[in-house]
Order: sequence, then structure tokens, then C-alpha cells
Amino acid sequence: MKSGLVTLTDRGLYCRQGDFYIDPWKPVKRAVLTHAHADHTYRGNEDYLVPAEGERLSRIRLGDEAKISTQKYGEIGLFNGVKVSFHPAGHVLGSSQVRVEFKGEIWVVSGDYKLMPDETCAPFEPIKCHHFITEATFGLPIYRWQPTKFVFSEINSWWRRNQEKGKASVIFAYSLGKSQRVMNGIDRSIGRIFTHGAVERLTDAYRESGVDMPETQYVGSVGNKRDFSGSLIVAPPSAQASTWLRRFGSHSTGFASGWMMVRGARRQRAVDRGFVLSDHADWPELLRAIQMSEAETVYVTHGFIEEVVRWLNENGQNAVPLKTQFIGDDAEEEIVNTGEHE
Amino acid sequence: MKLFTELYVELDQTNKTNEKIEAMRFYFDQADARDAAWAFYFLSGRKPRQIIPSKKLREWAIELAGIPEWLYLESRDTVGDSAETIALLLPNNTTVDETPLHILVEQRLLPLRTSAEEIQRTEVFAAWSQMNYSQRLVYNKLISGSFRIGVSQQLVVRALSQISELPADIITHRAMGDWEPTSEFFSHLIDPAMDSDETPIARPFPFHLAHQMDFAPADLGQTSEWQAEWKWDGIRAQVIKRKEEVFVWSRGEDLITERFPEIAAAAAQLPNGSVLDGEILPWKDGRVLPFTELQKRIGRKNLSAKILAEVPVILQCYDLMEFEGRDIRTFDFKTRREFLEKLVNNLRPEARQVLNVTESVAGASWNDLGIAREKSRVLGVEGFMLKRLESPYRTGRHRGDWWKWKIDPLTIDAVLIYAQKGTGKRANLFTDYTFAVWKGIDLVPFAKAYSGLTDAEIRKVDRYVRDNTIETFGPVRSVTPKLVFEIAFEALQRSTRHKSGVAVRFPRILRWRDDKTIEQADSLDTIYEMLDAFQNPVNVSK
Repeated sequence: MKSGLVTLTDRGLYCRQGDFYIDPWKPVKRAVLTHAHADHTYRGNEDYLVPAEGERLSRIRLGDEAKISTQKYGEIGLFNGVKVSFHPAGHVLGSSQVRVEFKGEIWVVSGDYKLMPDETCAPFEPIKCHHFITEATFGLPIYRWQPTKFVFSEINSWWRRNQEKGKASVIFAYSLGKSQRVMNGIDRSIGRIFTHGAVERLTDAYRESGVDMPETQYVGSVGNKRDFSGSLIVAPPSAQASTWLRRFGSHSTGFASGWMMVRGARRQRAVDRGFVLSDHADWPELLRAIQMSEAETVYVTHGFIEEVVRWLNENGQNAVPLKTQFIGDDAEEEIVNTGEHE
Repeated sequence: MKLFTELYVELDQTNKTNEKIEAMRFYFDQADARDAAWAFYFLSGRKPRQIIPSKKLREWAIELAGIPEWLYLESRDTVGDSAETIALLLPNNTTVDETPLHILVEQRLLPLRTSAEEIQRTEVFAAWSQMNYSQRLVYNKLISGSFRIGVSQQLVVRALSQISELPADIITHRAMGDWEPTSEFFSHLIDPAMDSDETPIARPFPFHLAHQMDFAPADLGQTSEWQAEWKWDGIRAQVIKRKEEVFVWSRGEDLITERFPEIAAAAAQLPNGSVLDGEILPWKDGRVLPFTELQKRIGRKNLSAKILAEVPVILQCYDLMEFEGRDIRTFDFKTRREFLEKLVNNLRPEARQVLNVTESVAGASWNDLGIAREKSRVLGVEGFMLKRLESPYRTGRHRGDWWKWKIDPLTIDAVLIYAQKGTGKRANLFTDYTFAVWKGIDLVPFAKAYSGLTDAEIRKVDRYVRDNTIETFGPVRSVTPKLVFEIAFEALQRSTRHKSGVAVRFPRILRWRDDKTIEQADSLDTIYEMLDAFQNPVNVSK
């Protein structure tokens, strides 16, 4: 891909012709961001271009000082003759694929994406291109998601059962995206919903962006004497190891993540329940997205890279690995939450 | 198997003891006795031998999933469990198999072992097509002989004890040894009428298990209230002589009589109605041999005259539970020990060569005993067992009467050079490590260790391995030597099978020495010095 329109440098994916980077991990002049997750949104760049639908989230992540311009889904921006547009990736609110076109050559940097319907963000839009850069977070055939409805009925009945026993239900979910998807989809008639500080702020941003969110209360605002039994508490996974949990008294813990597909991963987390709810494509979705792109070459970044590349090559698709510094599903907790503890 | 699968899922989903007991109570309340018998059988850790080799199951799953073998293997390495991998890979199915557990096991599982492959295949495919994900998981585990669930037998017994209102010790005893999982068995297991017990002659008593001492010995009070014995590192065994028959049981409740003909022959000399507790040890010229010698015998079905001569065994006896046909577990230890000595002293000399009452080490103070304990490594023992003279023979693990007073392990600073993904809870994390020490300017592998790090440390090492892989050999990765760990182990032995020339017993990670560079790791010379220090043959027999 060295000679292509988009190349991999030690700062990130770079378009020389348009002189911009996509999701750079080291400071650059102009950064085009796919979405606001921590491994795609680094501070310290001079200029940012983000999808308008995710502006509020990017602002929270980048701070008040950052120079952010926005562009709506489908609108075309021009950078030295290079056409740049954002298209929904279905990952989290405002998440985008970045389409880059110059002299008829089309590249799509898909960022993180999923195909499954999600009420909290616009659905994934398949785009035909010559070069498709895909993630591979869950790029093994063992990862096949159940319909969302089924997962939510599991979460609801877990919450109800805990409530009957007078227990609080603490669900761990990444603070950006997953938390809001959980709250949007859960049966809000069951009981009160409380949030961890990291979650509350982003939930407000979702609300302000017009996404349907239930009424929530920030745990930090209700005092330690409060009785949480029967309530649902939404917190980032990093809160699990902290003394923060003590205030909830008798409680059951759950974790909403694609990793919960595997029992060993759930046991590593030492949670009572794992709910298989992912904002990334599962194996069939990955293959379908790649197929729909009709790309000549597929570049595979973060996740099960070698496995997806080998599968594609054995099935008549030209695919190569691409060693980016994107992390995938654990990035949020590793990077962001270190500073967000209460 | 619907109810049983639900139980499995419930037990698998919680770490909380009370919830596990509740789930089992619910199950045993609902289940038919024929199903409950099998459930108890599986939950208490028993399992039928493998019915279909995992390799066959894998082939069939690959065929149904339509994936190449390499992708199956990658998936399995990520999942860390073959039965689960297969359940995840099979095409989705939401129907539920309603076959009762005992029918499934007795009619659809067990007979398959001897069926032709074509029939096995048809039956397994049919089962998979009827079952949902969780049922397939349980089925795969049963059929491949890998069924395990996170409850101890003790916990299962507690649940049954709550249902039946019988003391747990009674149920534990009734469940010892060999039995068939029939409805009669299960009904008897929880039968509140206690006099109805006619003990089968082979049935062992539950073992009394010791705790590791986690405080200073002086906290135990006067030494005069205690007996100190050497803590042997062999196979814990219970030897029964009843009605002219001898049974030797391992702690895992395997009948091992035929594996140790010397012990069976000596035990045949005991009077009927004798049950002894002790440790089987490889023993030659008045000295215990390394445990690895015993391992040479354990695996074998046929014991040649050669191996019997090379690795003879004895039983270091240390307790007596039945004397003259009477259960004496409630008698105090001092009395039981006197009976034991009397019993063994009455044997003919050749039997006394094999059944030896273990030495009681005298010490006027804890300090004296502490000094005596220093000899442990030279004697080839792990330290002392301290037993309260007034104590009864208890059921299971019990705090307070038996203590392991082990010597500190040997330690070495070694360098991480290879890593492999773990299984089960450690699936998809690099948790299985090979450590090396210096031999001149080379690092030579010296020990493998799996445990000892915290979850946070495991994640860090995992990330290090992923970022610093040099080469990949199948599941194993070689990594840039950089991380140093302190490795603890119990014993050392010369070995021609190991590159380093030594084999270690129970290696584990004591801590991560991130304060050390690889140049500061130990060398083989240090290990050879340790070896020399502890290999002086010293007689321990009287």
C-alpha cells in the first residue's frame, strides 16, 4: 500500500495527496477522526475534522481548546483535490467510515463498525471502494452475535431477578457507546438507573444529540446513604476493581461485551453474568461488510489480523495485514478510564 | 438434560457459594432420582471415560461449521476449551433437547463408546441438531470425558444435606468409593434412616485434610499437645482390609490396589477390619526416591519385574480409622496412633518392610522442632505435619487439628523466554511461561510455570508477549528476553531429559522482579550448587 492514496506511517494512516491523517496516534497537523473512542481520538493535533453527528463526544474527549470542524454524513470535503466524506459505521453515536477519493481511486477507512441494528446510532452504510481498511476485533468464527432483543431480555430478567432478591444490579459497559446502548435498550420500567461519572457525562452528550435515553442519576450526586437495592448501576469496567462498588451493598455484577461470548473471558473478569453485546462486527458481519465493499484489496487492522487475512486469501480475496496502533474493544478502559475514577 | 443444563449454566455463572448451593437444591428438588444420581455423579467430579475421542468430534465440527482446521485451532486457542469451541462453531440451533439425563447418558452416550464410527457420527450429528448452545456444551463435555464444573463435592454434599436434613459427613461417607449412579443409590444417599447403612466392604472413609500453617507455630500452644511427623511427598492412600479383601484407595478415590502389589501383599497380612491412612512413597535403601520415580509407575498398567525392582514402594502409615472392625475416627489421635503401632508391630517382618509407621519427631520446644525441620530437604521431605494429639479423625479439609508446616521453597531468578496461551479462565491470555537461566552467555530453559501472578500482572505480561514476539512455533511464542521472575520450587533432581540437566518439582512464580535486568538472573551453576547441597544420601529409617 506504500504507493497508494492512503499509506501507513508511524503517526497513523496518512493521505499524502490531501495531507491529512485518519485517527493518528501521534500529533499531526490535520486529523480526520472516525469516532470518539480513545484509541482513535488522541489529543495534541492542530486541526480536527470529525463527523457532525459525533461532535459532542469528540469535544468531551478532545477538550475545549481543540480546533474541531465538522462535516455531516454524506457531505463531501475537498483537500487538495481529494474528496473526503463520512459515512455511518454503526459502531457508536457519530462513528464513521471515512471515504477518500482521488482521480477515481476510492479508499474506505472503516474505523470500528458493526452491521447489527443499534437504536443509538445511524446504521452501517456499505460503500463500494477499491481499498477497504477493516477492523478484526472479533475476527474468528466463534464470535457470532445473538439478536439484540434476545440479549436485552437476558439483561432485563437478570435485573428483575436481582430486584426480587433485594439486590442492586451493576452492569459494566464501556463508557462511550455500550453504556448508552444498554440504557437505551433496557426495560426502563423495572427500576431506577444510576450511572458512574464517566458514563453520566457521555450519556448527557447522547441525550443532547437527540438519542433516546432513560432518566439517569449520577451516583456521585445521591450520597452514600442511599439504598441502591433493586436499581441498575451502569459503570465502566475499570470501576470493578475499585472500592466504589461497596456503596451498593448486596449486588450482582454483569459485563456487556462481545468478549463474554467465551466463558474463560467471563471468568477472567470475575463477574456474575456476561452479556454478549458488542459494538463490533462479528465474524459473519465482517465477511459481509468486506464482500459488500467489493474492494480489490482489503487491509486488516487490529484484532485477529492474521486469521482474517488468511481466511480472505484462501477464499479468493486479496487481503493484507496492516499494523496500526488501534486496539479494539479494550482500548476504552485501558486508555480513558485511568483518569476517570471517582 | 434440560434441567441439568440449566443447573450447569447457573453453576457456571456464579462465584458465590450460596447461589451455587441454591441452584443445586433447586435441581435436586426437581429432578427424578434416576437423573439426580447421574447429576450427583458428574457434580462430584466423577466422569465416564472418554466416549468419543476429541479428535473425531473436532473433525465433525469442522465439517459442519465449514471452516478449515487451522481456523478451528486458532479458535480453540482463543476459547481454551475444545468442547466449548465446538459448541460455538456449530451452526445455530434454538430447539431444546428434552431427553432426561439418565436416558441420554445410559442410552445415547455410554453405548456409543463401542459403536462403529459411522453410528457415532450419525448419533452425534443428530444430538447436535437437537440441542441449543448450552446443551451442546454440556453434551460435548460429557462425550469427550472433559466434564468439570466449579463445585467441590463438599458443596454438592452440603446442598443434599440441606434437602435431606442428614449430616454432611454421613452423605460424604455414603458417597465414597465405587458406586453405580442408579436411583437406588441416590435414594439411599439421602435416606434419613441412618441405621440402614450396611457399608460395602470396599468403601473408604473420607480423608482428613490438613491446612497450610499461616502463622507462627508457637500460636499452637504447647508442643506436648502435638505430634510432629515428617511431611512426605508421595501419594496419599487409604488401605482397607475387610473380609479377606484388600483395597487401596487414592485421595482422588481411584482404586489403586493393583498398581501397588507390594502394599496389597503387605496389607493382606493385616487382620480383617483394619483401615489405615498413609503415604505411598518410592523407597530404596532406607531413603525416599524423588517423586518423579513414582510417576514412572503411576502411568503403567503392566508393572514389569524391572520397574518393581527399580522403584519399590512403601506406605508410611500415619493414622488408623478402623481397628478390629470398629470405626475409631472419634477416638483421639494419640490412641489411634497406639492402635496403629500395635497393629503394624504384630505383622511379619516382610510386611513391616512395606508398612512402616511414620516417625514421630520429638522436640521439647517449637524452637527445637524448628531446628529439626532444617533437615527436611536433605531427608527428601517437605517439612513437618503437626497433629493435635487430642483430635478425632475428621471429614475433609478442616482447620485446627492438622497443620502443614512446610519449609520455604527454593528460589531462582529466571528470565521469561517462551509463552503460550492458557486454557479455561486463562484462555486467550499468554499465561503459560517457560523460564531460562544463564549457561555461559546462553539462556537455557529451566522451568515452566503457570501460576503466581495477579490478574493485572498477567495482562501486562500478555501485552509484553504480544508486542515482543520473536518467533511463533505453533502455539508457543519466543519473546525477547527482558522480564525477570523469581521462581520458587520444592525440589531439584538431575535429569537427562531436560536441557538444563535438572528437573524441578512444583515450580511457580513467586513474584515479578521488575527491579532486575536479565543480566542479574541466576545461572545454572547456582542451581547445580543447590543440587549438590541437597543430594547427600542420608538414611532416615530407624
